[in-house]
Amino acid sequence: MSITVSPSATNAGLTRIDGPAKVTGTAAYAFEQPVESPLYLHPVQATIARGSVRSIDTSRASSLSGVVDVMTHENAPRLADASDAEYAILQGPEIGFRGQFLAAVVADTPEIARHAAGLVTVDYEVSEHDAELRWDHPELYAPEQVNAGKATDTATGDADAVLEQAAVKLDRMYSTPWENNNPMEPHTTIALWNDEGLTLYESTQGVHPVRMAIAPVFGLPPDDVHVIAPHVGGGFGSKGLPHANLVLTALAAQRLRGRAVKFALTRQQMFSVAGYRSPTIQRVQLGADPSGRLAALAVDVVVQTSRIKEFVEQAASPARMMYAAEHRRTSHRVAALDVPIPSWMRAPGECPGMFGLEVAMDELAEELGLDPIELRERNEPEIDPETGKPFANRRLLDCFRLGAERFGWDRRNSRPGSRWEGRRRLGIGVASATYPYMRQRASSARIRYEGEGVYAVHIGAADLGTGTWTTLTQIAAECLDVGVEQIRLQIGDSSLPMATVAGGSSGTASWGSAILAAAGRFREEHGTAPEAGAEVRVRSPRQLETEGLSMHSFGAHFAEVSVDADTGEIRVDRLLGVFSAGRIINPRTARSQFLGGMTMGLGMALHEQSVMDPRFGIVVNHDLAEYHVPTNADVRDMEAVWLDEFDEHVGPLGARGIGEIGIVGTAAAIANAACNATGIRVRDLPITPDKLLG
Amino acid sequence: MNPFDYARATDIDGAVTAVAARPGAAFLAGGTNLVDHLKLGVASPEALIDIRRLPLDEVTELPDGGVRVGATVTNSELAAHPLIRERFPALSQALLSGASGQLRNLATTGGNLLQRTRCVYFQDVTTPCSKREPGSGCSALDGYTRYHAILGASEHCVAVHPSDMAVAMLAYDAVVVTTGRNGERRIPLAEFHRLPGDEPSRDTVLEHGELITAVELPARWSADIGAGQERLRSTYRKVRDRASYAFALVSVAAVVELAAEDSGAADAAPRIADCRIVLGGVAHRPWRAERAEDVLRGAPAAEDAFRRAAEAELAAARPLRDNAFKIPMARSTLVAVLRELTAGPHDQEPAR
Repeated sequence: MSITVSPSATNAGLTRIDGPAKVTGTAAYAFEQPVESPLYLHPVQATIARGSVRSIDTSRASSLSGVVDVMTHENAPRLADASDAEYAILQGPEIGFRGQFLAAVVADTPEIARHAAGLVTVDYEVSEHDAELRWDHPELYAPEQVNAGKATDTATGDADAVLEQAAVKLDRMYSTPWENNNPMEPHTTIALWNDEGLTLYESTQGVHPVRMAIAPVFGLPPDDVHVIAPHVGGGFGSKGLPHANLVLTALAAQRLRGRAVKFALTRQQMFSVAGYRSPTIQRVQLGADPSGRLAALAVDVVVQTSRIKEFVEQAASPARMMYAAEHRRTSHRVAALDVPIPSWMRAPGECPGMFGLEVAMDELAEELGLDPIELRERNEPEIDPETGKPFANRRLLDCFRLGAERFGWDRRNSRPGSRWEGRRRLGIGVASATYPYMRQRASSARIRYEGEGVYAVHIGAADLGTGTWTTLTQIAAECLDVGVEQIRLQIGDSSLPMATVAGGSSGTASWGSAILAAAGRFREEHGTAPEAGAEVRVRSPRQLETEGLSMHSFGAHFAEVSVDADTGEIRVDRLLGVFSAGRIINPRTARSQFLGGMTMGLGMALHEQSVMDPRFGIVVNHDLAEYHVPTNADVRDMEAVWLDEFDEHVGPLGARGIGEIGIVGTAAAIANAACNATGIRVRDLPITPDKLLG
Repeated sequence: MNPFDYARATDIDGAVTAVAARPGAAFLAGGTNLVDHLKLGVASPEALIDIRRLPLDEVTELPDGGVRVGATVTNSELAAHPLIRERFPALSQALLSGASGQLRNLATTGGNLLQRTRCVYFQDVTTPCSKREPGSGCSALDGYTRYHAILGASEHCVAVHPSDMAVAMLAYDAVVVTTGRNGERRIPLAEFHRLPGDEPSRDTVLEHGELITAVELPARWSADIGAGQERLRSTYRKVRDRASYAFALVSVAAVVELAAEDSGAADAAPRIADCRIVLGGVAHRPWRAERAEDVLRGAPAAEDAFRRAAEAELAAARPLRDNAFKIPMARSTLVAVLRELTAGPHDQEPAR
């Protein structure tokens, strides 16, 4: 397989089919779906971190003109299944975290609902709470498993003994902060109960996953729950599964049968009920021989979860397969705190885990006087060091070689702090990226010939802003060998054939495979001159037998930063990502998604940080003025390229998925560049100006 | 959000009377801060008197060469105005470094002066805050204080004033013109914002119902007036956590007037005849750095004097848990600003 670059400007794919609707404001997002005389919900949230509701006074709210209903745990419908604490909304007086929903006001207008919610008073039974994660937290425990079903701990050989005797040893602590998913569109639900069941207009990454998760909670057959989401304004994992806002809205709608109830979270509310990335504290130990070959590696990670529901960020996981080292150990320990429930945020595990590991590799290279890319070459494993399986497609070094040439890596001065331009200090850094190929359950697709050359393609997929409308249209046209204008795609509705979540970088691969299989069957059964009405419905074929392979995507990030010597302000002047992710379906939307991941990685490096005030148990900087994400002015010269690939192991589509790898390793590359510029090693994200004040 | 009355004022006296007569009434201009407060429950006025259509939206030249800025001139208009860009460039820079384009299109001159702190505890009604609820205590004191004061704070409040514009205006010695029940007042900007003391709920010296009608920038520090204008230089430098749309960690507005060249030593640094230095992001009000000015006045425009000036001003600084970095940051930023302002066309890069 040769290395070729797909330039971003030429050979671009189909432009976004939903683009005109979005830029003209006519694409309907969840809150804008037309429903008849809707009601508006505003919640009352707990202002203590732990305890229970002794009494709740709703009289002033109820008597307000325009208020239709006030719901508390005393009058809310009972759920059929309240075993998941995140969904057990208003089922009892207990309070598990500050910000938890305690009541909801439903009114004729959002303003009345909000005003009335402010009139509800709660008398609390307050318990002592603990909302502070520490490396030495006394109640750390080993969970049964970590996110994605991975093992909590792993060990091969005797890492500690070998580390002890290693010629060169690195032992460092790294930390990444609490980070909140902040998609532009807040989490939003419109719920309507009637004789057909429950209809939900939901901002979600998967209409079928929402249906399957919510039906049992309300004791409904899945077919009685109808979920609609044609357009979604981002999710980054936080809309992968429903959150409390959906359950609260559906409960309110249950009391008001026949009336649609609308609820969009405020930005502030998103910080407590919509999931977030746990802070991580990482101890990384590397032991190498003088040539830089790793003899031992140990990564121990501490994260937090909520006392009421466990989610464990698998941050030690990428260290298991990344580099060759005979002796290895990884572990996860978790503290169950009185805090909101963490969940998925773009590349859970890999994203924070590759910060510690990749900065540690840079530190080791410095210690050894080795080029950081050379150090990675010397530790490139022949087989997956953890499982012993061969890699299906490991092209990390190709990414580095291509990137080094394109970026001008040879211009890097290995002596930190030696390049100046006026009063700015310049530096270059690099880091690896990786993301596993997720074997998803199958999706189904339906193709029907409508006559006059038009093919209807139906699949219950979701477009969370990444370009699904476009890429699936393109795949369908390609597989049916017709023009894209002949395809009428329908997605974003659970009445369409079953499709998996837009998550784990797996959406396009799973849905595309279903469409590809359906197209093949259609041509088999109906030929190239079908009758109008000819139709097939096909479940994507079983995965190829790939259990014996270690399947991952890889990438290399190159960053150039400049740091103001007087103020410590840092700018990422250049960022290049080179990716190996299988086939790229649409260069235009793919580039956008890679750049989006890298931009979010830039934000992780320099900006994002949810500040927990443990006295109160809340994220205090809970809005976009105080919780910083990159602005246009922060994003300068940024480029994403990819190896020209077709991954035959993942099926006929050849694509492994690209949603997450763009964010993995970006922050490490920037931190490494910052150190090259200033000589200051920042091990605690984000890299704010105060940390670089010389 | 509480229900409230809304009325649009048609003349200044009517606006003042409408608010002054009702303790729960407030003026509404651009609303970029007040409307947030309505939603968050930080403010719950009974009545809003909209002054947006009052005839206060002009920037005019004063007879002596100063400039008068109407209270409802938007931040965008002011930043772009030729009189400001030519004569008070630091003010234009300060405005453009604040907020976002959309906010600057709405936010007004008077409103900018009256915007309230972005202290996270002030903005969250579920936490105690003596500025919002007198006597309830200061949550920031032992909490998250990255953006908080290092100068002039009290045990009742450690918040900072968020305005960039006001920092630059103070460097130019601006005067706030108001109309109240007792007629017109002219308040030097230096006396307009308060330190928190034991009454942190009061940000300014304005009386209830007193309306800002204009801000005047005197000719004294205008870059375009009088002899030796080429020796008068000013700038605004803002240090922040991201490249735009972030409040200042520390900011510096400085106006420096260099002395006429000595005939003697040709290589010697020029002397600073006079200067005005104001720090932002460090106190409950724009912080006039008089100690630093005293050190600089008459001193040679050289690194050593800049450092001594910064040290003198920051000697009184008292950091909180999260903001000790502001002291070295303010010091090095002030030095950098002075270095840049006084650099001659052929000056070498300073030593590293």
